[in-house]
Amino acid sequence: MGELLKVDKIKTQFQTEKGPVTSVDEVSFDLKEGETICLVGESGCGKSVTSLSIMHLLDRNGSVTEGSILFEGKDLAKATEADMRKIRGNNISMIFQEPMTSLNPVLTIGDQLTEGIRLHMKYSKTEARKYAIDMLKKVGIPRAEGIIEEYPHKLSGGMRQRVMIAMALSCRPKLLIADEPTTALDVTIQAQILNLMKKLREESNTAIILITHDLGVVAEMADKVAVMYAGQVVEETDVYTLFDNPKHPYTLGLMKSIPHITNPDDMRLDSIPGSVPSVHNMPKGCRFYDRCPHAMKRCLEEKPLLKPIEDKQSHSIRCFLYEKEEQDYENKKLAEKEVSS
Amino acid sequence: MPLSEQEKPLLQVKNLKKYYPIKKGVISRTVGYVKAVDDVSFDIYPGETVGLVGESGCGKSTTGRSLVRLEDPTAGQVIFQGKDLAKISNKEMRKLRTELQIIFQDPYSSLNPRKRIGDLLAEPLIAHKLATRSEADKKVNEILEIVGLSKQYKNRYPHEFSGGQRQRIGIARALMLHPKLIICDEPVSALDVSIQAQVLNLLKDLQKELKLTYVFIAHGLGAVKYISDRICVMYLGRVMEFATTKEIFEHPLHPYTEILLNAYPIPNPHMRDRKQIVVEGDVPSPANPPKGCVFHTRCPFAKDICKEKIPTLTGKGHTVACHFPLESVNV
Amino acid sequence: MLQYIFRRILIAIPVLFGVTILNFFIINLAPGNPVDMMVNPSATPEQLAMQKHALGLDQPVWSQYLHWLVQLFHGNLGFSYSTREPVTQILASHIGPTVLLMGVSLIVGYLIAIPLGIVCARKQNSWIDYLVTGFSFFGISVPHFFLGLGVIYVFASKLLLFPTGSMNTLGGDGSLMDTINHLVLPVAVLATGIAGNMVRYVRSSMLDVLGKDYLRTAKAKGLSQFIITNKHALRNSLIPIITVIGIDIPMLIGGAIVTEQVFQWPGLGLLTIQSITSRDYSTLMAINLLAAVTVLVANLLTDILYAVADPRIRYD
Repeated sequence: MGELLKVDKIKTQFQTEKGPVTSVDEVSFDLKEGETICLVGESGCGKSVTSLSIMHLLDRNGSVTEGSILFEGKDLAKATEADMRKIRGNNISMIFQEPMTSLNPVLTIGDQLTEGIRLHMKYSKTEARKYAIDMLKKVGIPRAEGIIEEYPHKLSGGMRQRVMIAMALSCRPKLLIADEPTTALDVTIQAQILNLMKKLREESNTAIILITHDLGVVAEMADKVAVMYAGQVVEETDVYTLFDNPKHPYTLGLMKSIPHITNPDDMRLDSIPGSVPSVHNMPKGCRFYDRCPHAMKRCLEEKPLLKPIEDKQSHSIRCFLYEKEEQDYENKKLAEKEVSS
Repeated sequence: MPLSEQEKPLLQVKNLKKYYPIKKGVISRTVGYVKAVDDVSFDIYPGETVGLVGESGCGKSTTGRSLVRLEDPTAGQVIFQGKDLAKISNKEMRKLRTELQIIFQDPYSSLNPRKRIGDLLAEPLIAHKLATRSEADKKVNEILEIVGLSKQYKNRYPHEFSGGQRQRIGIARALMLHPKLIICDEPVSALDVSIQAQVLNLLKDLQKELKLTYVFIAHGLGAVKYISDRICVMYLGRVMEFATTKEIFEHPLHPYTEILLNAYPIPNPHMRDRKQIVVEGDVPSPANPPKGCVFHTRCPFAKDICKEKIPTLTGKGHTVACHFPLESVNV
Repeated sequence: MLQYIFRRILIAIPVLFGVTILNFFIINLAPGNPVDMMVNPSATPEQLAMQKHALGLDQPVWSQYLHWLVQLFHGNLGFSYSTREPVTQILASHIGPTVLLMGVSLIVGYLIAIPLGIVCARKQNSWIDYLVTGFSFFGISVPHFFLGLGVIYVFASKLLLFPTGSMNTLGGDGSLMDTINHLVLPVAVLATGIAGNMVRYVRSSMLDVLGKDYLRTAKAKGLSQFIITNKHALRNSLIPIITVIGIDIPMLIGGAIVTEQVFQWPGLGLLTIQSITSRDYSTLMAINLLAAVTVLVANLLTDILYAVADPRIRYD
């Protein structure tokens, strides 16, 4: 599997009346072809902004000010709007949280499906329509020939999300960004959509960035996971390592604080005290400092970096608690390098 | 909390129905009804928490709102401490309102943005003429402490608080009048995951301390399981299954319950390849519910009788509305 | 849909009745009467009474109204009290110029306002936004008579670019070019007001739509900004625009009273003023009836257009 996307220490800022606000800071992760990464975290942690940064879909006052986003070797952080237009919907496509508002209410499903197909695949009107009907059938829409003439308000939320998926996958993108695609749906519908995404992923070998706050969805879908907190990645590893051997105090806290139906009956939830710091008032040191049970004096002053440790799979943590492991790993790598040279 | 058969229920819901007319045309002719709640009955005992779960359109919120008479039922009874809420006078209802409170999903939109927290909280006490200004003030301090907020917050306005803090204020307001029963309508759904646990734990602690009874409405089964003693599973305005939390999770009898439990993604990647029954199709519209058992259109075990006859809620302790409950199918 | 239109027309009938009754009585409440205005000041009371009797003005108001109504059902709008011509004929000769003037003004106003409104919304808080918003404020707040006299002073009397008024040059060839030449100034005045009003609605409606999720979806598909704005956004912002058009259409008939007066445009506005000063009841009633019908038709048209613009709106 070749490397498809490498996001390297990007910083996304918004210009506001009170001055620039940094909502994503030093976010890095990479993704191979056909791989699924989950960005997980609470609202305001910067997971959506990260994905919008990749697509250049931020509001007018937001932009990536530092770092690079290498997609198939090309730096999207420096791409022009014209370049991005060729990439969007074609090489990278996106589905959103609210299926009820993500489709244009005054255009037919067919209209909205075929315009991307005609634009990127240069199909004729009739070819595009035929292809669109095939896509609708592929995502499990009954009566596709009829539905294509309908307006979005005739469809349920689950059906609309299927249409969004059909639209996103129609130009066979290398990368699909799904921003909380099932959060607004009922659980039985969520299960349908997740199954559909799994099936289509196998068929098309599309890489997926799945943004979610639900650790259950992460466990179902992810190959690897980046846990985000207050605009930073605090832990990144493969999905099995994350659930078997979580390290960062925030990840641990998150896992223990979620009530789940598989929890034992009398287990009391551990809650993380306090709340997420505001973007206007980010702590200087570790951003989890005031909610962390293991906070040390240096966490207040010094900024921890995301560094790898020794584990079964690659595993990086942004926390001073693991400084020794991180140092050991670095020494080991250096030693290996020396041996090989 | 174990229920003893001798105990008298705090609240009884008997054949509750809430239909909303669908109007059409210039003269607003009624052409049909949205059956939001259709023939729902259950009892709630003092000190327990009953969870109402189901997908959107199942009528759980309408049921909850009917319990505190925020909705007038189309038919049926809601009996609280022996009094039928639909029959009593407004004056009596006002008195009862001190014992029946509700907490909403979005605490922000249910708090008047132009009032200070202290005034918001004191308001019901003064409105019900239960306390003087200074007594109310003392009470506000006390309640704020109980819900884990500093009494310095009294002079702040709602917009100065985070979501979790606002929900604490919502809870504080419900507690001001020493209610017996609190309807919690999706109290944690709008909150961030790390905050949800704080609020759930607070609700649990308050229940123990103040001997409260809860009706907990949520679509997240995890939270419902965590807090409820008994669970009522609803679908399209009807009760599908009602049993203790343990029974519901360990021996679900209704196919819908089984499917609902199954649909939740499990936060354990080693279990991702488990066998899952995925139910096809959407929830039908409550304006046009299927005949017979409302779930038959999506039920994998549906037989002819399910299309014809509405199953009645049967069983002792663990009740289920199904012609072919799972145990009889599986075993 | 057809059934809906039919129902709306049925509802319109009692409304029209109400409008005519109100108008008839209000007109009769005004001091003076047609006879005072048309006979010479030296006429004797007997002569006046005779005239009144001849015109039926000595009858009680309600019987005059019934008489007018009966005639209306025969398709007869009566004769003008002042010129003695049939009212239908008078209306017919004045309606053309007004529809021409207002039609051109509305079209010019919208052609300016809609693109400008879109640009303003796309470039919110830029210099062009501020400039256009400023102009729109000017267009709405400056009275037509003031602006009209201003442009006459500058462009007609000083620069001699355009005629000062009327629809054709007196004794001229009545050619199209001549009419266009006469149209420029009054259209400029009217279109300023129309565009000033419309720009604000287009801007705010567009701003609202531009923040919608589905436009982000459109952008995520790789569509160009031009298609996103003009295909995806514009159609969604049409509802408020249609509402304003629905309010503007009745102006085709009655909106230009002041401007027609200033430019001596031989349209319904001018006719209205003349009929009021001469207490020409029958002409006034006819103009009012026409205005009421136009308003009702415009409302119905607006509702139909809503359903065309937005598939979620269905009447049944």
